[in-house]
Amino acid sequence: MSRRLQPVAVIVLVAVVIGIPLWLVIATAGKSQGEAIDPNLRPPTHWHLLDNVRQVWVDADVPAAFVGSLLIVVPTVAAVLVLGSMAAWVLARRASRLTAVLYAAGISGIILPPAVVTVVLLLRQLGLAGTALGMIGVYLGIYLSTVIFFVTGFVRTIPEALEEAARIDGAGPFAVFRKVVLPLLRPVLATATILICLYVWNDVFYAFFVIGGRLDTLPLNLFRVASAGLYLNNWHLIFTYVILMSLPLVVVFAVAQRRIISGITGGAVK
Amino acid sequence: MTTAIGRRTHPLWFLLPAYALLLVFFVLPTAYQFVYAFTDWSGFKASINPVGVDNLTQLASDGTLFRALRITVVYAVLVAIFQNVFGFGLAVLLERDTALNRIARTFFLIPVLMSALAVGYVFQALLKGTGALADTTWTLPVVALIHAWKWMGLAMLIYLAGLKTIPLDLLEAARLDGASRWHSFWRVRAPLLAPAVTFNVATALLGSMNGFDIVQATTGGGPARTTELLNIFIYRTFGQGLFAQATTMSLVLFLLVALMAFPVIVLLRRREEVL
Repeated sequence: MSRRLQPVAVIVLVAVVIGIPLWLVIATAGKSQGEAIDPNLRPPTHWHLLDNVRQVWVDADVPAAFVGSLLIVVPTVAAVLVLGSMAAWVLARRASRLTAVLYAAGISGIILPPAVVTVVLLLRQLGLAGTALGMIGVYLGIYLSTVIFFVTGFVRTIPEALEEAARIDGAGPFAVFRKVVLPLLRPVLATATILICLYVWNDVFYAFFVIGGRLDTLPLNLFRVASAGLYLNNWHLIFTYVILMSLPLVVVFAVAQRRIISGITGGAVK
Repeated sequence: MTTAIGRRTHPLWFLLPAYALLLVFFVLPTAYQFVYAFTDWSGFKASINPVGVDNLTQLASDGTLFRALRITVVYAVLVAIFQNVFGFGLAVLLERDTALNRIARTFFLIPVLMSALAVGYVFQALLKGTGALADTTWTLPVVALIHAWKWMGLAMLIYLAGLKTIPLDLLEAARLDGASRWHSFWRVRAPLLAPAVTFNVATALLGSMNGFDIVQATTGGGPARTTELLNIFIYRTFGQGLFAQATTMSLVLFLLVALMAFPVIVLLRRREEVL
């Protein structure tokens, strides 16, 4: 494509493909109920965004759902990163048939779908049904594979000599891992953090089975109110909710954009 | 590294917490599926008894099983095609590192960050009144397009990274040999993108077979259950208390993905070697 035409094509494409759906969200979130019943791209005659935020905040009990989401996302991400990198480090450094088999088994969860129905039965037997702890366990079972995959690949690119130095100074494996390896993993852990945050923060399917009706998270809450009579045809409130829910991730992404992009792409093409 | 030293410096107990969790929360429920798919487990009675292959024969005989399988596979194939065509096109269009291109790339990543549920509601509102979500033939491709819209930014990033790994001197050599831009693109660059294609096609294909949110939020499986993916069926029957039927379909999904994963990955890997 010629160099003069390319910028025009880019602007038109962004405006149509991304701009229109995003504008629909923002414009509808700014409308009153009457104006929003038939969602369209006309700008609101008066902006009601703050009123809508206030209404969603109170009616849909957003603060409780927000706390529920944090209560699950934060421990999940912390545990999946630490335990996943511990395993990945040893898998990457020890080349044996056993570790090869364990690695293959460990990453198969990236592709294989989790057993959403029977996991409910298992959690009931463990006394974890409907609890945050049970939900965290299920997410760990699903996303440890992703962390093991990304981190093992990354550890293989780090020279082992860096560990030797600490070892000669008498550091045990745990000290080597914590003081030498973990800091070196920062770029790949940043990527894994955003990926896992993305999946867990936005998940509604697994959450529905494990904690649906017992504990609220933002997506579960959105799903419930959007499917219930309360929000039927209340597009202005649904889209206000969408904005509220997406904002934390957009902020995280804006702050760490460069690192995230290089991390995601590095892991996938090598 | 010898095993004796490895045992001391990289002890296997480091694997223990992660693999214990994988065993309890992933392997065990998966194993349960092979048991409870053959029982009468339901929300209506306390006891659970074995019933052999009754659930499977019942789902097969009323056509539900094969319809859900067909819909899921068609959906996954369409998503894989759309997502890769869009992602690749965007990567080629936005390849040069100009300020405008960088901003445009960020815009295409916004759908990746949004919840799939939210994306579904956005398109439900956008397409309301057009009939695009009420056609028994065309709604499935429309929903696959929406799925691809959400994830094309990620495919774009991976193709961009793939394009960057191609050494410049290779292109230079092709140019000196008199290859046209079109020619050098397809003969020199495209083959080197094979790892990116493998990753993108495999994740799009196998990931969308496990799809739920977008379809649930746009059509809920309708019209006339023509977009009812396996996961939508599982969600619906679970909600009705028909746990054994839901488990049976979940087992079917597991086997479908497991059976498709192997040939898909081997096939794409082999293509890489040939090229």
